[in-house]
Amino acid sequence: MIPATFEYKRASSADEAISLISQYGDEAKFLAGGHSLIPLMKLRLAQPTMLVDIGRVKDLSYIKDAGDHIAIGALTRHMDVEKSPVLSKHVPLLAHAAGYVGDAQVRHRGTIGGSIAHADPASDLTATTLALGATYVAQGPNGKREIAAKDFYKGFLESALAADEMLVEIKVPKMNGAGWSFQKFNRRAVDWAIVGVAAWRNNGASGVALVNMGSTPVLAGAVSSALAKGASVADAAAHAADDAEPQADLNASVEYRTHLAKVLVRRALEQASK
Amino acid sequence: MKVSITINGEAQSHEVEPRTLLVHYIREQAKLTGTNIGCDTSSCGACTVHLDGEAAKSCTILAAQADGGAVTTIEGLATNGEMHPMQKAFMENHGLQCGYCTPGMVMAAIGLLNENPKPTDEEVRLGLEGNLCRCTGYHNIVKSVLAAADK
Repeated sequence: MIPATFEYKRASSADEAISLISQYGDEAKFLAGGHSLIPLMKLRLAQPTMLVDIGRVKDLSYIKDAGDHIAIGALTRHMDVEKSPVLSKHVPLLAHAAGYVGDAQVRHRGTIGGSIAHADPASDLTATTLALGATYVAQGPNGKREIAAKDFYKGFLESALAADEMLVEIKVPKMNGAGWSFQKFNRRAVDWAIVGVAAWRNNGASGVALVNMGSTPVLAGAVSSALAKGASVADAAAHAADDAEPQADLNASVEYRTHLAKVLVRRALEQASK
Repeated sequence: MKVSITINGEAQSHEVEPRTLLVHYIREQAKLTGTNIGCDTSSCGACTVHLDGEAAKSCTILAAQADGGAVTTIEGLATNGEMHPMQKAFMENHGLQCGYCTPGMVMAAIGLLNENPKPTDEEVRLGLEGNLCRCTGYHNIVKSVLAAADK
């Protein structure tokens, strides 16, 4: 399979990339690692007429301690997130979850920004950064703006990014020793999660997000509210699917997904409460 | 467009369409057919090569993305007709039957040892999760990688 024809330009900086994409409008797409976009293009589910390759913009690949949060360049590859000592220390949930993305070859090429901008509800990292209360930094022709993860996901593969905006940084609050867990339920190695859960807990505060439980990654606010009011883990987990609108596919019915979400949220909270 | 990629140490330049996949570039332009196309959907790992020193699936990379980079394929492993220790380990431990997955499996295994020179059995299995073999049941592949790690 090969994609439909398109033009290709490689950008050497974010500014150049944004200027190029602005010239070509809605028909152009940014290409980072390409491990979400190229498969879609091969299946002709996406047919951009112009690709602006940002994969080699070196200054957008970094992981920095910025005081109360860690700043991650959008072009940081999954393998670098997984292996980062800074993230292992301050945001271990994210480093751990990055190790569940695809396989080693995919993690060498795929980027955290690409994964988030692709806005796939089945992605491990969209839900994980959502649970962690991350902020995404977008850059457009008129400068930068910040978008909270909870306001970013608008629909299936749809984000708050404008066509000429590029995701440049992910700011993830430090976990400050919070308990955490990442649960991914699938049938074979390398598969997408049928349902997944990213969760953390620190005294009364918590964050729980669900993978593949709707058209966007889902923040399970009802679970956190119940925990804040003193509910037990089992009682809070019963609310796992309250905020979700799961869909059926060949792997799971709506009922099965709802059941899985409750079981996996309970397991995640048990682990995060240790 | 013209792309220049160093393949197995040799600088090459070829005219390609932007949509040309790296695996097709390797097989059809560079004429190195050791790299196989399996699933064509980045699931099976048969097309695994090293791009800039790291294992990657060449069916999901544009040749254009590799422009200016360096690729190593299965043909680039032997030195002076002497097999790479990983190739030898696969041969000695019966790490292949039909051989279709083998080039990708060997490249992924070398990539794994570059990052983790002394893996456990479990780490080898996890490290090769992106490569499918339909013949061996994996046991002898894992044995091969562990044998190569001991050398």
